[in-house]
Amino acid sequence: MNWETVIGLETHVQLRTKSKMFCGCSTAFGAPPNTQVCPVCLGLPGALPAANGAAIGLAVRGALALGCTVHPKSIFARKNYFYPDLPKGYQISQFDQPLATSGTLSFVSPERSVVTATIVRLHLEEDAGKSIHDRFAKGTGIDLNRSGVPLIEIVGGPDLRSPAEARAYLQTLKQLLEYIGISDCDMEKGSLRVDANVSVRRAGETAFNTRTEVKNINSFAYVEKALTVERDRQIALIESGGTVTQQTMLYDAKENAVRPQRSKEESHDYRYFPEPDLPPLVLTAEFVAEQQSALPELPAAKRDRFVAAYALSREHATVVTSNRAVADYYESVVRAGAEPQAAANWVMTEALADANDHQEQLRVAPGALAQVIALVKGGTLSHQAAKKVFGEVAAKGGEPRNIAEALGLIQVADTNVVAGWVTDVLGAHAPEVGRYRNGETKLMAFFVGQVMRASKGKADPKLAQRVLEEKLAASA
Amino acid sequence: MSDAKAVADRLVKAKRLNALLTPPKDLRKSLNAQAAAARPTGVLYGMPVAVKDNICTLEFTTTCGSRILEGYRSPYEATAVAKLKAAGALIAGKTNCDEFAMGSSTEHSAYGRVLHPLDKARVPGGSSGGSAALVAAGAVPAALGSETGGSVRQPASFCGVVGIKPTYGRVSRYGLVAFGSSLDQIGVFGRSVHDAARVLSVISGRDPRDSTCEDRDSLRLPTVPESLQGFVIGLPREYFPPELDPAVRRACDRAIRLMKELGAAVREVSLPHTPYAVPTYYVIAPAEASSNLARYDGVRYGPRFNGAVDLRGLYRSTRGQGFGPEVRRRILVGTYVLSAGYYDAYYKRAQQMRALIAQDFRNAFDRGVDLLFTPTVPSPAFKAGEKLGDPIAMYMSDIFTVTANLAGLPAMSLPIGRIKGLPIGGQLIGQAFLEDEMIEAAYALERVVPETDEA
Ligand SMILES: [Zn+2]
Repeated sequence: MNWETVIGLETHVQLRTKSKMFCGCSTAFGAPPNTQVCPVCLGLPGALPAANGAAIGLAVRGALALGCTVHPKSIFARKNYFYPDLPKGYQISQFDQPLATSGTLSFVSPERSVVTATIVRLHLEEDAGKSIHDRFAKGTGIDLNRSGVPLIEIVGGPDLRSPAEARAYLQTLKQLLEYIGISDCDMEKGSLRVDANVSVRRAGETAFNTRTEVKNINSFAYVEKALTVERDRQIALIESGGTVTQQTMLYDAKENAVRPQRSKEESHDYRYFPEPDLPPLVLTAEFVAEQQSALPELPAAKRDRFVAAYALSREHATVVTSNRAVADYYESVVRAGAEPQAAANWVMTEALADANDHQEQLRVAPGALAQVIALVKGGTLSHQAAKKVFGEVAAKGGEPRNIAEALGLIQVADTNVVAGWVTDVLGAHAPEVGRYRNGETKLMAFFVGQVMRASKGKADPKLAQRVLEEKLAASA
Repeated sequence: MSDAKAVADRLVKAKRLNALLTPPKDLRKSLNAQAAAARPTGVLYGMPVAVKDNICTLEFTTTCGSRILEGYRSPYEATAVAKLKAAGALIAGKTNCDEFAMGSSTEHSAYGRVLHPLDKARVPGGSSGGSAALVAAGAVPAALGSETGGSVRQPASFCGVVGIKPTYGRVSRYGLVAFGSSLDQIGVFGRSVHDAARVLSVISGRDPRDSTCEDRDSLRLPTVPESLQGFVIGLPREYFPPELDPAVRRACDRAIRLMKELGAAVREVSLPHTPYAVPTYYVIAPAEASSNLARYDGVRYGPRFNGAVDLRGLYRSTRGQGFGPEVRRRILVGTYVLSAGYYDAYYKRAQQMRALIAQDFRNAFDRGVDLLFTPTVPSPAFKAGEKLGDPIAMYMSDIFTVTANLAGLPAMSLPIGRIKGLPIGGQLIGQAFLEDEMIEAAYALERVVPETDEA
């Protein structure tokens, strides 16, 4: 039986603001517990919220980048539930009149090429605090530093058809939000959190079946795993004659398993109502336009431009634009005179590998990389030698040419010198010369290797081959 | 200026009323310190102002008349309190009130009922009964109260003092412990219109900490007018029903005649949705209260009670034992009306009705009426215990006052006579942010009305 998975993601993203959503407390990560708090985010009697304009601006940017309709008027609402790390007993969120609705996110699916998923809505809300269950032997600690931190919730439509596709969607969303600078999107620090609605149906069916909500997916690495586990559970359940019930499933990364949330932990009725402490959020056209103009070129547009302007393949352009810093770096290398495809090859391999090992730092200046590329192109450096020079510049800095000279890596492109090495090699390998002349032309690689060895790697291999071909042909 | 000791002595003398929750020792100590620190240039320099116990102060505990906040000391003070202090006023202790301002008699305090200064068998009204009683007893010239549905004007009427509830958004609510956030306003009691008005002027004005507080300068006090020439006073017929206590009607008639003699034009108007005001109020206020009071869970502050074995147990014991019966009743009602499946039938309809009630007032004002005059309460102060067993009867004593809260309008009560020795209040309702006109009319009426004469 063929099964199709239907997935929709609800993503919570922490906005990159200095202060919280409704008070002036710092949002910095990692401070000692309960040191970034005030009467407002502690929910003390009599305290009132005042909305953070910077957070609203970032949320609007996010909505615009996702092609959403940003509503000139939206309403804050209270979501009521009891939990010890929710100091007011309600979370200020938005409900029936959210900040923005109906956007899209296009991404490359591993199965269906480019997919355009719908963004149902995007709204502003505040975060709750954190319950710490493992710090005290007899009791739970509560840290309210995170209480009131600004979030946007991005609700995607049920448009994803596999766990891998969900991962690709999330990756693209993360990339977009990082690009426009509104969030760090660091799942490990909790600045990006994702819940998934999952259902399965037989191939060809068009109606949606009962879905479950998968929560507690705490790391990017678990997204695909958690969804696969839940999908497989549902399929097995239905195939054995059971039915899926609508419930919340908690993912356990250690066991790579899901378990239903105890019904006690579930909040059934949030009793939403308009937040009387905050007037409607009214956005002027000027404010929205300002946020629009603050947006950089988005990844998809940049990728298309790279394909058109630099004649890169779509795949290469996708890699090079996957991160805003890398894309900017690539363009600088090209601007410094490097040939675009060669620049892409170097950025995708050496530069990214080096960055990967060094806290995402692109350590070789764009001009230096352009010079390395030029040295290879001019025949001064072999590709292998150029990699060595790149590594040296990355580690110690300096001019690529000087470093190549200092390391003795400059290729010898003097025909007379190379011809001397060729003569020596042919003289020392008479049997192979004979076999070559009898048609075993694949021995050319052997001869080139011998010349490189004789020259201690300094011979220009292309020149060596040309001289070899001439000599082997001439005295036939 | 009255010195700190004299201020404290007067308050301690009124101790029998149970109107003040601050222990005399704490009061004396704080008043000494405050008097030494007060700014001599402030417009209220040396004026003692008692503060209702649901308004946060640094000097004293803030318990809201509830067991659940017993001993709670706020680490910050309300904007209104900070403004009073900046003006040189002395915070003269915290006054007893109905628990979380829910009540109309100040019998619903966890710290005992407040006695009416003129008849200890009667209630002072509520929920700001402690503030009203202290002003009426002459212990302080002014006090802060709070209103959600008449909690300043009704006790002002019962106790024979002036009580003003400003326009919603005129005074910052920051530091006023929330009950019904869309209705709550800090209000003022005074021995005279002037005492109440000058305190209101000081506490009014913009506050970035309260997003519902209007971005306006503080209220400018009007001068005492020579006459009411040019004023058009509307008399809403729904506020003078046939069953109105005849003595209340007589007192109102006398006040109306006096205003006419001062040159005011008087005209009957209709506010047709008035009969729905109390039911509307008793949906919206409890709904907001059910959410506002969710934070009292015993986790972060306030006492914990026995019986907490797990999280649910903690919630249950804290909220079950910490809240009194009236608060629990309103939380239940509020939770119910916000629940899925009931929201549209109750909360949403109540909001629609609220809009109609506000429209009634706009219609009256659009037809050239400047102010409305009505009785504040249908009857004088009732006896303690008389309405405790009948919440609906208790709620009906707010029938003429809740409308101004629902419409967000400024309103005030001032004494206009007595029935068998008990004060009767007359109510003026003004247009939004036109407190100055309302106060001007009150100045004029106050000068001529025989406020302690039998009606
Ligand atoms: Zn804070």
